[in-house]
Amino acid sequence: MVQSMMIILFSAILVNNFVLSKFLGICAFLGVSKSIKPAMSMSAAVIVVMLASTAITWPIQYYILVPLDIGFLQTLVFILVIASLVQMIEMVMRKLAPPLHKALGIYLPLITTNCAVLGLTLLNITAEYTFLESIVHALGAGVGFALALFLFSGVRTRLEKADVPDALKGLPITLIAASLVAVSFGGFAGLIENLFQR
Amino acid sequence: MSENMADKTYLSPDQRSEEKKKRNAPMSIILDGVLFENPALRLVLGTCPLLAITVSAKSSFFMGLAVIFVLVGSEFIISLLKNMIPRRVRIPAFITIIAGFVTIVEFVISAYLPALNESLSIYIQLIVVNCVVLARAESFASKRPAHFAALDGLSMGAGFMLALLLIGSIREIIGAGSIFDIGIPLFGAKIFGETIEPIAFFTSNPGGFFVYGLCICLSQIVMRQIEKNRKHKANAQNQPMPSGAGCSSCGACPMADLKAESGVK
Repeated sequence: MVQSMMIILFSAILVNNFVLSKFLGICAFLGVSKSIKPAMSMSAAVIVVMLASTAITWPIQYYILVPLDIGFLQTLVFILVIASLVQMIEMVMRKLAPPLHKALGIYLPLITTNCAVLGLTLLNITAEYTFLESIVHALGAGVGFALALFLFSGVRTRLEKADVPDALKGLPITLIAASLVAVSFGGFAGLIENLFQR
Repeated sequence: MSENMADKTYLSPDQRSEEKKKRNAPMSIILDGVLFENPALRLVLGTCPLLAITVSAKSSFFMGLAVIFVLVGSEFIISLLKNMIPRRVRIPAFITIIAGFVTIVEFVISAYLPALNESLSIYIQLIVVNCVVLARAESFASKRPAHFAALDGLSMGAGFMLALLLIGSIREIIGAGSIFDIGIPLFGAKIFGETIEPIAFFTSNPGGFFVYGLCICLSQIVMRQIEKNRKHKANAQNQPMPSGAGCSSCGACPMADLKAESGVK
């Protein structure tokens, strides 16, 4: 039980990293990684929204969509639930925790169209995880996103000072740097098999 | 960008209406979508499915078809409904319409191309949050007549598909030594006594970032050259430069800074 949870958690963080191996949430990954502080605020917001949306969409799938046999509404229902959830979290945060809202507030609307969140909720269903496994998977995905963003923002701050050819300035060199970070994550490939599944 | 804006402010009403006509003209909509405002290479929208799908030319092709269908359908419907949708709830309304078309695509693919369903997996469903679709709905379909909106969907979709095919073919040719699953004789053949091995890096995940970066860089160089020529011509004939709407109106994009830095609209 604990072992299978650990496998899900660590493979979501390192091996099947959402950003670098599943290509989910690339916009946020490239856009908010300019320096470490906003990157970490964004990651915190993503973790919160991922956990909350998993906790809501999983019961919706298995207690509403499946019994009523309306599974085809999955995409529509999930995205609307996530959008309204993000809106609600923002309102609650503004009322109850203004300083937190000040730090995370501007990143919350960006998360609605972040495919990592919708992708996570859909993957939970296709992988047929139980509720608890889904929550652990969400945590792993969020932490993995934070880890990738943390490492990449470190690279980006170095990149700022580099002398880059004119045509490569901005996006192209950022993408190439992302490629190198992704290569380094390739090193985790056999990790899970060797750690847990002996 | 700033030059274009300066141009705009000095236009006489006559010129302005002329420019508007020009922007509405079918030919310029097609050129904008495929070339000048190519959603993948110029506007840099929809990066997630792009990077994930382009491991082969075949999956790029089908993903492109799916995006074209969703773009044309949703832009057409949104343009027809533009006066009925209250401005404050337009984004949820747009997403609902887009999600409807995505569900249709999902059904068609799982019914007729089940093998493809495996390789495209959740990325078909993720077209819902693809910023290409939402940005065009917001910046084009909600302002222009329906037939232009459908045409814009077609040209933007075609532009996206061409970019997908470009990146997909590069990755498949170099990374797997084939194109559309047909082997290329060059790879695996003996040249100078040694066989050429395909470079697997290009079909791997990091290769996706790398090839996409290079493709944006290339398109940047080409577009700079074209714009230089156009400016030359425009100055000679004393005509205002046509300027596109871009995607700056959409507030949901975190990449605005980066795009400005690399000169992308």
